[in-house]
Amino acid sequence: MTTLTKEMKQLKEQNEKAFVPYIMAGDGPLEQLEETIVRLQNLGATAIELGIPYSDPVADGVVIREAGERALAAGVTLDQILETVATFTRVRIPLLTMAYVNTIFAYGIERFAKRAQQVGIRGAIIPDLPYEERDLVAGPFQQHDIALIPLVALTSPKERIEKLVQEAEGFIYAVTINGVTGNQNQLNDSPLDHFDTLRAMTDLPVYAGFGITTAEDVERMNAHTDGVIVGSAIVRALYEQDREALEQLFVAYA
Amino acid sequence: MMTQTIEKKGRFGKYGGQFVPETLMTALNELEEAFEKAMKDPKFHEELNYYLKDYVGRETPLYFAERLTEYAGGADIYLKREDLNHTGAHKINNTLGQILIAKRMGKKKIVAETGAGQHGVATATVCALFGMECTVFMGAVDVERQKLNVFRMELMGAKVVAVEDGSRTLKDAVNEALRYWVTHIDDTHYVLGSALGPHPFPTIVREFQSVIGNESRAQFLERTGKLPDAVIACVGGGSNAIGMFAPFVEDETVEMYGVEAGGLGIPTGKHSAAMATKTEGMLHGAYMYVMQDEAGNVGKTYSVSAGLDYPAIGPEHCHLNDIGRVVYDSVTDEEALEAFQLLSKIEGIIPALESSHAIAYVVKKAKEMGEGKSIIVSLSGRGDKDIDSVFARLGGK
Repeated sequence: MTTLTKEMKQLKEQNEKAFVPYIMAGDGPLEQLEETIVRLQNLGATAIELGIPYSDPVADGVVIREAGERALAAGVTLDQILETVATFTRVRIPLLTMAYVNTIFAYGIERFAKRAQQVGIRGAIIPDLPYEERDLVAGPFQQHDIALIPLVALTSPKERIEKLVQEAEGFIYAVTINGVTGNQNQLNDSPLDHFDTLRAMTDLPVYAGFGITTAEDVERMNAHTDGVIVGSAIVRALYEQDREALEQLFVAYA
Repeated sequence: MMTQTIEKKGRFGKYGGQFVPETLMTALNELEEAFEKAMKDPKFHEELNYYLKDYVGRETPLYFAERLTEYAGGADIYLKREDLNHTGAHKINNTLGQILIAKRMGKKKIVAETGAGQHGVATATVCALFGMECTVFMGAVDVERQKLNVFRMELMGAKVVAVEDGSRTLKDAVNEALRYWVTHIDDTHYVLGSALGPHPFPTIVREFQSVIGNESRAQFLERTGKLPDAVIACVGGGSNAIGMFAPFVEDETVEMYGVEAGGLGIPTGKHSAAMATKTEGMLHGAYMYVMQDEAGNVGKTYSVSAGLDYPAIGPEHCHLNDIGRVVYDSVTDEEALEAFQLLSKIEGIIPALESSHAIAYVVKKAKEMGEGKSIIVSLSGRGDKDIDSVFARLGGK
């Protein structure tokens, strides 16, 4: 069991709901990355999902894509992000990367797992690495205590979910919609039953993500999950320096 | 049928795989199942063959290009006339097969990507034929350079969406089609047009395009009583090439050449010849040779031909390269443009800019191989769609 799994399970046992903001590393100077994370930490974030910019993000909607394009235009790479994280002194909450498989592959899977552990990253979400391909990273990740957090989709049949959750680490990333990140107006109540089923199938906490954009969404999802992941709404608020919008999203946790 | 290269489900050697979001996995599994079932069903083949013959106009001729042969001064050159298919390119072989599968799966809507517009047109065509709703994503750059094909798709009732992301070409159109598919997974089938993407797409596309090589092989045997010494096809993602190559893979005496787009020349970096760069990675669901920077971000490509302007090469091609069965090379924009004019002038056949790459290569190869040998080249599409851009390019001369 990875460190992240223990920590997230503990939270669940204490009945604490998780709030995991996603930010695009490098959307804004890397020198300010720690400051941004500390700000979210102070607002009550449970963990941070650190987006790594990539040229072809097929799972992302327009807000995160544009943030990624800004980061790429500034020349930001996974290597720079890991070395920036290495300098952090004030971050106490777990950091997870959200990187597409080719980014990690190009950096070197073994090298990534090792360096990520050294700089204090505890988990990784790889949106285009399904169960069938997880062997590619499983060994090095396990060796370096990096939790490979699986995504479960609304389209995943029950027998498949059973397999997915069995080998899961960290938490279960429950995708709330058939769509890409930040897809507004698509979220409805239909996934709620699905989440209830999912929670019954695993000891790990289940966090909902994709398309959660308002404080009301957060509250609604929280009633049926152990927490939420909010990406596009956070990325937009940070980019537009909209403090009110940012703090509003945390209200459900106050 | 050539399936021996698959060592593991959905793999060609180490290439291929399914690097896609979880939301797509169930759809891919269902597609694989429906495809395998259809391939075993004689009724499916009967239906497919009916439309291939009566609607597409197959089989296409294998034409001995006497004047081109004379010009090259060496091996006999035969053209496999995929340009004579309905819609003017080989793409319809695959779209027809896939739409029949989509129909069997009960899908009502179709999404597709397109580069030059040939696959988009072929998809719009079969959607019109079977009354399905059709959405085609096309890079904004390609919308501009292939206006005529956009209009053709719209005439047949398709909705064409210009993609403004990234490099605004074929790769970005595939990204957007994948995103659309994720969002409309319940009722939509994605008709992928090249020998690319997550398993089972590369296999599906190969099987439906193999009609090119199967016919060529039978036609050549019937005419000469032997096999050709070489076959040649252009390669973007590699659909017409895999269709030509697959039936010849086990004929060891037949040399095979895949021709990528060399753009302004490999040393300039402005090209789309993924095989020339030899960097491996994952793109659009498959592990293959991908043009990329050190951080794994997919590189900008360049080619005069929109259909070859793609930063990777299909997984089975990567494997055929590694085992030494197919030689991959490239020709430049300039050479392709010359071949475009050459074939028009001496054979009265205007080739697509994509196919012009193969024509340029066959002229060189025929000379090199010498008399007494024969080569079949896949003339994958006709050049009507390129007339405007070539006209502009040649300064309206």
